[in-house]
Amino acid sequence: MALTLTKGNEAIAEGAIHAGCRFYFGYPITPQNDIPEYLAREMPKIGGTFIQAESEIASINMVLGAAAAGARVMTSSSGPGVSLMQEGISYLAGSELPALVVYISRIGPGLGGIAPTQGDYKQVTSGGGHGDYYTIVLAPASVQEMFSLTIKAFELADKYRNPAVLLCDAILGQMKEPVEIGPRPDFKDISLPDKPWALNGNAGRKSNLIKSLYLGDGEMEVQNWMLFDKYKKMKQEDTYFDTTDVDDAELLVVAFGSCSRMAQTGIDMAREQGMKVGMLRPISLFPFPEKAVAELSARIPKVLVVEMNTGQMYKDVKVNLDRAADIHLYARPGGGLPTPDDVLEEIKKIY
Amino acid sequence: MSEIITPATEPKKIMGRPRCLNDVTFHFCPGCNHGNVHKMIGEAIDEYGIQDRTIGVAGVGCGVFLYNYVDVDVLEAPHGRACAEATGINRVHPDKIIFTYQGDGDLAAIGLAETVHTANRGENITVIFVNNTVYGMTGGQMAPTTLLGQKSTTSPYGREFMGDGYPIKMCEMLATLEGTAFVARVACDTPKNLMAAKKAIKKAFKMQIDQMGFSFVEILSACPTNWGMTPKQAYKRVAAEMIPYFPLGVFKERTTADYM
Ligand SMILES: Cc1ncc(C[n+]2csc(CCOP(=O)(O)OP(=O)(O)O)c2C)c(N)n1
Ligand code: SF4
Ligand SMILES: [Mg+2]
Repeated sequence: MALTLTKGNEAIAEGAIHAGCRFYFGYPITPQNDIPEYLAREMPKIGGTFIQAESEIASINMVLGAAAAGARVMTSSSGPGVSLMQEGISYLAGSELPALVVYISRIGPGLGGIAPTQGDYKQVTSGGGHGDYYTIVLAPASVQEMFSLTIKAFELADKYRNPAVLLCDAILGQMKEPVEIGPRPDFKDISLPDKPWALNGNAGRKSNLIKSLYLGDGEMEVQNWMLFDKYKKMKQEDTYFDTTDVDDAELLVVAFGSCSRMAQTGIDMAREQGMKVGMLRPISLFPFPEKAVAELSARIPKVLVVEMNTGQMYKDVKVNLDRAADIHLYARPGGGLPTPDDVLEEIKKIY
Repeated sequence: MSEIITPATEPKKIMGRPRCLNDVTFHFCPGCNHGNVHKMIGEAIDEYGIQDRTIGVAGVGCGVFLYNYVDVDVLEAPHGRACAEATGINRVHPDKIIFTYQGDGDLAAIGLAETVHTANRGENITVIFVNNTVYGMTGGQMAPTTLLGQKSTTSPYGREFMGDGYPIKMCEMLATLEGTAFVARVACDTPKNLMAAKKAIKKAFKMQIDQMGFSFVEILSACPTNWGMTPKQAYKRVAAEMIPYFPLGVFKERTTADYM
């Protein structure tokens, strides 16, 4: 199939169209504006709906309404906007509604800046809003994956009736890479799951109700355990990661997203200098590849976590690490980019 | 002296529970108008035969249990956001009848932006707005519609315009927007006003059925519990204090839709 040079943000938008998403609600914020701009242009051509909402609060609640109505639906935003969406995301989880939130991270806190960061890892992988819940979090590392994981995220959201987040950053969003994107499928050829719980009028059935309020004695505890079981199932069936050069490795680098690309070049340079270094790249940040960390670190005694924040994924790696393994962190927050040379230097220090 | 009259035949039922209301007792306090409003919504749904294609969106407030009473598909929205949810549903199912049910805190404070922008988009939905000048569900705090001088748990000395601002007149505000098709304010304090309220709610649903755009009915309602009044005193207050500030009537009624 022909390769086309595509920008990360646009690959996400096109991925959504391929996934059968016909409803987008969002509010402008850099560095993700290519997504709403692309969909504002394309949705009307394919009978879809694009609304520029009055705020991210309105966006996520329109998403909630459309999801409750049974549609495959998405929004996209960045730091300040996603913070505003957290109440709505919590309601999506509490009401068991599938939807996709695309998160193109920019540096924070506050208005921060528009440079790339992985500083939102903690917010996203902890659920983000109030209550005992999680979202599915997928983290692509290439434009090709931005396309394919968008589709995957929609499928997982439907499978679990749970919101999913595609976590990227300003580098991925803005970079162009050759990608393989097939022709747009016809909407009727896209297989979408049945949603008998959706709200579309009670003709021929009992009324459907979608809510998250449970005031009865013990009801909410049952609800929380039910959600917990769902997250457990996600761990068992839908944990994703990638490994390179781990078979003979004596040092394991753990990195995700754009950072893993820079780390990989650093690893390649180390290999050229005769150091046996491998890589574990978590693709699903929730569920986190806990077992992979445990098993690999049992074999590879030195672990180096590289991330563009002050050490957020580091904690997830650490709790799952083999007791005998040694863990190190190379952290670059606030827009600092770990160059391959930087990574090589870190590898040399601890190898 | 009174006399018991036994009818010769069974009395003909001329009034009763609307078909689309569940046969359960309302949980509302005695004298609360939320029950009347539910009933009027039920009557409108029955009248137009739209029960199987109506979707309700419940705001957070004493009306949150809408789904216990009105037998239609219902979504419970986060506090204040019902109009955004209704927008999402409306875009997916433009052929369905969608209404929100919201209190004054929900619609005019935390959800003001969603309300105004949904109206401004001319979203073809119906908004039922129960204005009781307090936060009923959370125990009687000051609302954006609390009247000047009115005491509430968070305006214990009475609302003052210096500091608290003025009570918001939603109908007047929304009527100025090009996107609204029908805007009316009604009350539930007298049988006559109840009749007018019923008519306005029916009209609002009719406007939506006819694809006329955003329809909005504000219902001045009593919250005897948080006003510290008996139901009778509370209805008197509606007439004496609320109606003079929040005048009743139809503020806007379109005769043709935008797209026509
Ligand atoms: C984000 C958020 N803030 C606050 C609340 C608490 N809360 C629940 S209902 C309510 C006010 C309800 O008042 P109103 O909308 O006037 O409805 P009423 O009960 O008077 O009918 C508040 C503040 C909440 N549920 N969510
Ligand atoms: S607290 Fe007020 S609004 Fe709520 S049910 Fe009681 S009377 Fe009605
Ligand atoms: Mg109120």
